[in-house]
Amino acid sequence: MHPAYSVIFFTTASGMGYGLLILLGMLAQAEMLPANRLLGLVSLGIALTAVTFGLLSSMRHLGHPERVLHAYTQWRSSWLSREGVLATMTYVPAGLFAAGWVGFGDVGGIWRFCGFAAAVLAGFTVYSTGMIYATLRPIHAWCNQWVVPTYLSLALYTGALWLNAILLLFGHATGAAPLVVLLTLLSALYIKWRYWRFIDGTRAASTPETATGLGSIGNVRLLDPPPTQTTYVTREMGYRIARKHAATLRRHGYLLLFALPFVLTVAAVTTVSWMAACAAAAAALSGSVGVVVERWLFFAEAKHVVTLYHGAKAA
Amino acid sequence: MTSLPRAPATKKLGLVIDLDTCVGCHACALSCKEWNAGGVAGPLPDWDPYGADPEGVWFNRVHAFEAGDGADGRTVHFPRSCLHCDEPACVTVCPTGASYKRQEDGIVLVDEDLCIGCKLCSWACPYGAREYDHDAGVMKKCTLCIDRIYNTNLPEGERVPACVAACPTSARHFGDLGDPESPVARLVAERGGYDLLPEMDYRPVNKYLPPRLQRDDAARETGSAASPGTEPEPEGGGRFLRWLDATLSR
Repeated sequence: MHPAYSVIFFTTASGMGYGLLILLGMLAQAEMLPANRLLGLVSLGIALTAVTFGLLSSMRHLGHPERVLHAYTQWRSSWLSREGVLATMTYVPAGLFAAGWVGFGDVGGIWRFCGFAAAVLAGFTVYSTGMIYATLRPIHAWCNQWVVPTYLSLALYTGALWLNAILLLFGHATGAAPLVVLLTLLSALYIKWRYWRFIDGTRAASTPETATGLGSIGNVRLLDPPPTQTTYVTREMGYRIARKHAATLRRHGYLLLFALPFVLTVAAVTTVSWMAACAAAAAALSGSVGVVVERWLFFAEAKHVVTLYHGAKAA
Repeated sequence: MTSLPRAPATKKLGLVIDLDTCVGCHACALSCKEWNAGGVAGPLPDWDPYGADPEGVWFNRVHAFEAGDGADGRTVHFPRSCLHCDEPACVTVCPTGASYKRQEDGIVLVDEDLCIGCKLCSWACPYGAREYDHDAGVMKKCTLCIDRIYNTNLPEGERVPACVAACPTSARHFGDLGDPESPVARLVAERGGYDLLPEMDYRPVNKYLPPRLQRDDAARETGSAASPGTEPEPEGGGRFLRWLDATLSR
């Protein structure tokens, strides 16, 4: 599948933003959030800016962004529509949570409930994003049980990296934040490892024989494609550039997304305050680059069934 | 509304494509392009049409496949267009309601005034039936020539999709596949018409008729001893006798 930069930026940036929002809401619920207004401004500011820029970026790949309001109408059938509805709904409690925290320096009472509501809606938004991909049957690498957990765990994990960095920058060294980072890191690493094992070890049920129905004659291969040039379908669905670099990129993905942030987060726990903050910030940056690599591979490694009509031996 | 019709009509308009008689002339694809460039889905743009890298939006494309090996191998010309599925995921994924399946005859269409050009429907289609129009910023697809088949300005005999009208070998048939007594449904039943990618479970309305068995295969299936290939090839004899042998063996 063609990796559109707007969609990669959208899913990684908004994923991180929603992950951070979920964790902030949960911390408020657990009454572990300091009522520091500047901390509220910076942390919710980063979360909502990432979400908003992500959403705006996703609109860049639309042919008619000005008609985007229509996309709220089909939530009964479409996960993309549900994602839009949930993303918009999340702003309401998130905005109130921000008003309480930043405006009144209060994260308790009704504001605490707003934080919780924002966390729940943010979680469902990321879930919808995952479901958009996980329900596309023609794409074996997406239509499987590891895709929604991947989206959720990476959102939480990248959000946790930023949460840890922000808390340390504000001198709120807690044991909880690094622990959340390490727990979400391990779960994301496990899910991603299982995902790659799944797509390496399984094949789509469709073959050139089922695509053409000519299997009873013998094995089927393309003799002549319809046009000699590329088409929308072959470019969008038949993207191939990344595959030969996939192994290298996966190693870089593991390193940037998991290994470096792990080392830096552990280092941040064991060092003095300003160095700890720097290490945690470096971990967040490394993880953010790593998740872009991961998301790029998520698209570039995915093969679409339609490629069977254009000469692919397997999908 | 991108939810599928709750009580779909039994009428299912679609095509039956005979892979036995298709000669791969591309007349259906050209005729489709010609009609639809000026029809409801038009214009169908082309980019760099006379240059080194021409590209354009087409609703119908003809592939050629090889199936089997050696003497049993066949070259099969294979037209591919929208199959107007009973379970079209391209419709249900649409966030705006631009994609829809018609209640009355099952035709899958795009309302270009509602389409935001998110391209998700093209990802959801396993058959590559949808193509994006960069100029208009919307997705386009086969309309089953809705502006021909119901067009009372045309003589009744011409109220068929342009691809069907153009086919010189009558390899394309148009009709109601929801009616088991219709000529197309009977053709499917007689010839063993099948679905493409049945494992996807999109339940396409359009059916494909398999290539008929070659004479050799047919003879072998009936166990005829006189079939060529079962007798040892005569040795020597020169070109004329080999020709005579081959001719008489038919």
